[in-house]
Amino acid sequence: MTAQTAEQFDQRTRAALAGLLLAMADDEFVLGFWDSEWTGIAPVLEEDVAFASLAQDEIGHAQALYRLLTEVQGGDPDKVAFGRAPEAYRHARLLDHPRTDWAFSVARRFLYDTADAARLDALAASAYRPLAELVAKLRREETYHLLHMHAWMERLADGGEEPRSRLEAALERLWPDARCVLAGIDDAPLVAAGVLAEPLAAVERRWLGGLAPVLERLGLPLPSTTAPPAAGCRGPERSDDFRWLWEQFTMVYRSDPEAAW
Amino acid sequence: MVSGPATGVDLQAVWDALAEVPDPEIPVLSVVDLGLVHAVELDGERLRVELLPTFVGCPALDVIRDSVAARLAGMAPRVEVEMTFAEPWTSGRITAEGRRKLRESGFAPPEEGSESASGRQGRPLLATITTRPQATCPWCGSADTALENPFGPTLCRAIFWCNRCRQPFEQFKAV
Repeated sequence: MTAQTAEQFDQRTRAALAGLLLAMADDEFVLGFWDSEWTGIAPVLEEDVAFASLAQDEIGHAQALYRLLTEVQGGDPDKVAFGRAPEAYRHARLLDHPRTDWAFSVARRFLYDTADAARLDALAASAYRPLAELVAKLRREETYHLLHMHAWMERLADGGEEPRSRLEAALERLWPDARCVLAGIDDAPLVAAGVLAEPLAAVERRWLGGLAPVLERLGLPLPSTTAPPAAGCRGPERSDDFRWLWEQFTMVYRSDPEAAW
Repeated sequence: MVSGPATGVDLQAVWDALAEVPDPEIPVLSVVDLGLVHAVELDGERLRVELLPTFVGCPALDVIRDSVAARLAGMAPRVEVEMTFAEPWTSGRITAEGRRKLRESGFAPPEEGSESASGRQGRPLLATITTRPQATCPWCGSADTALENPFGPTLCRAIFWCNRCRQPFEQFKAV
């Protein structure tokens, strides 16, 4: 069965769909704002431009996902995006970290983009048509994020002692939180309704299966995969760094929620 | 051809009008050259045009929708212009005329057929990680070029370097 509107699903599926859309939208939204923090101070001018574009892409993706979410559960996309307390955001804990140094930002983006790619694969033939249509578009754009981050992973991995050790340290530190990208969503009803092709545990296996040969080729250690994601992968506990970012990106909205801009 | 009895406007006139609406970021191209027009419906009382966004986060979408609506105003009692994801816009939708205009203004058009690789269903997205975008230099026609930055001045443009004529150039991205 394919559904043009979410009303065609039962209530539990609709709630799970709303949870999935909110998680994806918040992931893209928060990452987009972290990316924008590099504008003007990236290591080379090209990366000022690239990270500004990545930010613009992700915030655009978030906008489209918030719009879908409000079609499922009602409400106003801008209010969802900017009108919530920090505890109400549902992004993965991977995105609670600040941008830190360049290797850290590259490592985080690489982990996020590869996990997100596996998630988008599992949604490409979604029974919820509006999501399948949007994902078809997102997949084409995310290709550029993947190849750009991969190029930077290569550059840092082959760049000598310091970049390599910084990259390895960042991967090591981020790894447990990266697994949160494919966690914290009520996936069973979504799989049953055909919204999601397979359970998130299976999506995660695909992600790891695809990641292993890439890391091996770069001569980077494979992260240990024994620990399952801890509870609280998608809030409500939030880091001080995220609270600081939230202060920044909601500042204009909080000053006048009714303004048109 | 469907005629609009109320106004005497026909579909061809609508398409001709659309061909006069420039893309705000590369104004040498019209929305028709870019393949942005998904559907045109005209039933006398109501003219409805559906457009496909090139990039989801493109900040020019509202400008494009407004300028299309402004150009079509008066062609039917009711004019509706909407954006839709019903079908993904791909760079393969740029017309032959659009590709020619791109080259003439110093942009490399996306390589022919290259759009299918990134969006193919069933192929894991991660498999595209080692993709090497290609472009032909719009100045000297050489294929000996290298990608400098997949992100250029706007979301739809990448920056290349031509090894033969030793000049940078921009490409309209293949998506």
